[in-house]
Amino acid sequence: MSDWPLLSLTTFLPLVGVAFILFVRGEEAIVAQNARAVALWTALATFVLSLMIWANFDPVQGGYQLVEQASWLEPLGIRYHMGVDGISLWLVLLSTLLTVVVVVGSWFSVEQRVKEYMITFLIMDTLMVGTFCALDIVLFYIFFEGILIPMYLIIGIWGGPRRIYSAFKFFLYTLAGSVLFLVAIVVMVREAGTTSIPELTRHDFPVAMQTWLWLALFASFAVKVPMWPLHTWLPDAHVEAPTAGSVLLAGVLLKLGGYGFLRFSLPMLPEASAFFAPLVFALSIVAIVYTSLVALVQTDMKKLIAYSSVAHMGIVTIGCFTANALGLTGAIVQMLSHGLVSAALFMVVGVVYDRIHSREIAAYGGLAERMPVYATLFMLFMLASVGLPGTSGFVGEILVIVGIFAITPESPAIPASGSLVALLAATGMVLGAAYMLWLYRRVVFGALEKSALAGIKDLRANEVLAFAPLVLLVLLMGIYPSFFTDPMAASVDRVLAEIGATGPGRLALQLR
Amino acid sequence: MLHLILVFSPALGALLAGLFGRRLGDRGAQLVTCGLMVVSATCSVIGLFLYLGDPAFKVPVLRWVDVGGLEVDWALRVDTLSTVMMFVVSFVSCFIHIYSIGYMAHDPSVPRFMSYLSLFTFMMLMLVTSDNLLQLYFGWEGVGVASYLLIGFWYTRPSACAAAIKAFIVNRVGDFGLALGVALCFLLFDSIQYDVIFTEAGAHAGKTVTVFGITADALTLVALLLFVGAMGKSAQLGLHTWLPDAMEGPTPVSALIHAATMVTAGVFLVARFSPVYELAPTALAVVTVVGASTAFFAATVGLTQFDIKRVIAYSTCSQLGYMFFACGVGAYAAGIFHLMTHAFFKALLFLGAGSVIHAMSDEQDMRRMGGLADKIKITWAMMWIGTLALVGFPGTAGFFSKDAILEAAWASHNAFHLYAFWLGLLAAVLTAFYSGRLMFMTFYGEPRADHHVMEHVHESPPVMTVPLGVLALGALFAGWLGKGMLDAEGAWWGGAILTGPDNHVLHAMHEVPFLVKLAPTLAMATGLGLSWLFYVKSPDLPERTVAALRPLHTFLFNKWYFDELYDRLFVRPALALGRIFWQGGDVGIIDRFGPDGVARTALAGGARTVQLQTGYLYHYAFAMLIGVVLLVGLYLFLLGG
Repeated sequence: MSDWPLLSLTTFLPLVGVAFILFVRGEEAIVAQNARAVALWTALATFVLSLMIWANFDPVQGGYQLVEQASWLEPLGIRYHMGVDGISLWLVLLSTLLTVVVVVGSWFSVEQRVKEYMITFLIMDTLMVGTFCALDIVLFYIFFEGILIPMYLIIGIWGGPRRIYSAFKFFLYTLAGSVLFLVAIVVMVREAGTTSIPELTRHDFPVAMQTWLWLALFASFAVKVPMWPLHTWLPDAHVEAPTAGSVLLAGVLLKLGGYGFLRFSLPMLPEASAFFAPLVFALSIVAIVYTSLVALVQTDMKKLIAYSSVAHMGIVTIGCFTANALGLTGAIVQMLSHGLVSAALFMVVGVVYDRIHSREIAAYGGLAERMPVYATLFMLFMLASVGLPGTSGFVGEILVIVGIFAITPESPAIPASGSLVALLAATGMVLGAAYMLWLYRRVVFGALEKSALAGIKDLRANEVLAFAPLVLLVLLMGIYPSFFTDPMAASVDRVLAEIGATGPGRLALQLR
Repeated sequence: MLHLILVFSPALGALLAGLFGRRLGDRGAQLVTCGLMVVSATCSVIGLFLYLGDPAFKVPVLRWVDVGGLEVDWALRVDTLSTVMMFVVSFVSCFIHIYSIGYMAHDPSVPRFMSYLSLFTFMMLMLVTSDNLLQLYFGWEGVGVASYLLIGFWYTRPSACAAAIKAFIVNRVGDFGLALGVALCFLLFDSIQYDVIFTEAGAHAGKTVTVFGITADALTLVALLLFVGAMGKSAQLGLHTWLPDAMEGPTPVSALIHAATMVTAGVFLVARFSPVYELAPTALAVVTVVGASTAFFAATVGLTQFDIKRVIAYSTCSQLGYMFFACGVGAYAAGIFHLMTHAFFKALLFLGAGSVIHAMSDEQDMRRMGGLADKIKITWAMMWIGTLALVGFPGTAGFFSKDAILEAAWASHNAFHLYAFWLGLLAAVLTAFYSGRLMFMTFYGEPRADHHVMEHVHESPPVMTVPLGVLALGALFAGWLGKGMLDAEGAWWGGAILTGPDNHVLHAMHEVPFLVKLAPTLAMATGLGLSWLFYVKSPDLPERTVAALRPLHTFLFNKWYFDELYDRLFVRPALALGRIFWQGGDVGIIDRFGPDGVARTALAGGARTVQLQTGYLYHYAFAMLIGVVLLVGLYLFLLGG
């Protein structure tokens, strides 16, 4: 089994499903039914294959594993090069799992253009897995930017009334980032003479060049995360996207930014990263405080959760740039946790949206009476989002806070005191609790008075099934996070070594 | 094994009642949770006989976190302190579970209630048995959530929801300090295991650390950050506002969480960290001042309240203040002793109040009570026992512990020990006064309720009165049983509480002047006598006094205006800032000059704008795709050329 090209199989299997769906013909209802079935089985098979990656992954090794290489655009030195390490492994699993979840979750809620809908999501699956497996920077770029196309389609076709505005905003932001990223790639490849990510990492870029390259990469990744003040596309995109689109957008696409920092900015441009770390911390803190306050006054459920995502991803960016094992691991755990929790929260909103067709918080109230199962699940994910110990949300947050706290003013490269960053970032704990609890109180608690809600039904079987894996993983990650962090450890150490192993200011970031 | 059963059987009960509540039915859920609590309480009593005075040992459960040098296990730490705490938590909780069978009999969601109670007990046990700061934090936030769920149990009431959110968020402010304390401990000790911290604390004494841009004594900073957490959970002055509102929850909840167990977690934390606090005199001074101020503040507010549960809630707040300043003056043992006796008599008072409320058809306002003594004799007697223990009547549990605290305050060398002594003494007078007021207003005089209510007044069923009886035994005799805790050599604690070489409070407190020993009893007699004068002898005195001291009364009646102050200071500015950032920042600046501005510039000319905005998204996607292809092409060209 281990000599199979597992990564390529996982990446491209969804396209086989796409081919099958394309051939489905006949009456619309039957087409829809078949498209759903094919999509489900394909997504499941892909997920099982990704589990095989996990089974064949050696957690002790810190390097890239299951590596596949083939010549591709040989005259240009561009190769088809795939591989995973302890960081990308979990993101691959997250992508394949969430694809299954959205297919199951939207079983009944999508009735128009089901065939195209399922095709789009399977293509997303391919592109997401490809991005996290790619070890050639050009290959990465193609997957990385390619994801945006199905995402536009999802928002544009199955989205809400202001979808054009939202999609356009999304487009403008990401286009600016993409162009700069591409320019940076061109420069880096010319300088290092290779497109291979591991080789680029080993190359010492001149410090002056690093600064510009770092800013160009930052433009692209910061939009994806998104970091303040490049975040305003996110609330609009989420509001207009259908539930499944929001799930993948929050669950996987936002992780591309954090992954980019870990895979490119930090190991390839360590001096520039150390130089700009205070900037990242400052922007992250602003993101946490500012967007938490904005979330507090939202009247639209999806916007509220979208703003909370910006705040939670602020913890991720802080963690990445602590450049110590605690912070880095915390950032990855926080990404995974946010992938599960925010995905679940968007599904929570989707459940009531399917029934009442409103995202306004004011349209709800007292759902606990008629929807006890829903209320329980919402409570769990609400608490996970708030970072309750015992849920996944806590582990990442505390690791990052402890990690950044360890950075003291004695370290020359960082003028900011890490503990001050920790102090300000931890205010998110209080604000986060405020907006989430208040949201829950207005939607689920209270008396059931609105006539529109009188007949509302609790979760259907398919919805429970879609939530089930998320519940299990959120708890597992909270109670036994070693299951996830152990396979990461060696890779995190490798990244730390890469950060510290090049350039004159090598130890600037490596503190513990 | 004993301890695993002790700690995890409430968790099992919570899971069973929570997940299978509908299948088990009300009776089934009650049996399962109460049965498992009896198991747990039995284990805790056995533990009391087996492990008191033994050195600490650890029961490992599961590895939790192991990242970058931060190694933390799920594990139970058993020593004398945790054995005492396990006993208090498990034992009191067990009887409150049983009481709830009667009290919640007519509620539609019995299994949910029982499940929450057991969940709370489990979290509290995790807190007191933690062997590292992270697990403490788990229990700490866990009890916070359980308390949030229980306060908001009647979730259709807006006031209950508001109180639940308030409790959680105010506690989060405390937890914020605790989290930073955890981080600072790791920075200093490279570990957050208790044994490592306690062993190495001495080596860090006097060292400074620079955090948050200030340079300060490292251990003082640790102690203060942890104390911020303790202040939140134990409702100390400044972070106390949630506790009185938490009375929105069902009465057994008030007894379990807001009197006997959860609110004492802060005191437990300070006692647990005695090896650190002993080396941080500045932090101890802060603890003393905050504790004494709270004891006085809450007692003054308690004088004016009319809701029977709120009076007891302010009393709890005030008694917690006593426990804190006991720790502050170095008499941790006296603090924990009072914690234990208080758990019994305060739970008794709350459950007694519940029994009164039950009898009065859910009336909580003492202005509509009166004359109940003959109608509910058992409750009346139990309430008197609780009251006497609270005011420190000689021979009752409260007498021993409160006397010990005041004597320790007198004898200590802490800079603020006399501040604590005098405020504590004054608070003792006030305590006796409001307690007497509560009893006289409720049980004596003419009935002030209408005759419908009075006709329905009935004694509670045995399932409620028997737990009252057991707790009353505790309120009477816990003082005799626990006296050993004050052992001057500290041998009783088996090293679980550490006192520094210069700390002789437990010695010195036995050698205070006779008048100091007598003072608490005199204070009690004064307070009780005054309340008798005000509410029995000449019942028009209260109104005349209020009229004479109108501004002071208004100030106290409005709880020193803390809620109003916080609303103006934090809540409204936060919402206003949120609106400014959203409409002004995001929409007004970022969007206007960012994407919208770019779009406007790029799409000059109205017709084209319209065309674009009504066009298919495919077009954009396609344009994007072409763009990517062109750029990749450019790159290939550059590279090839």
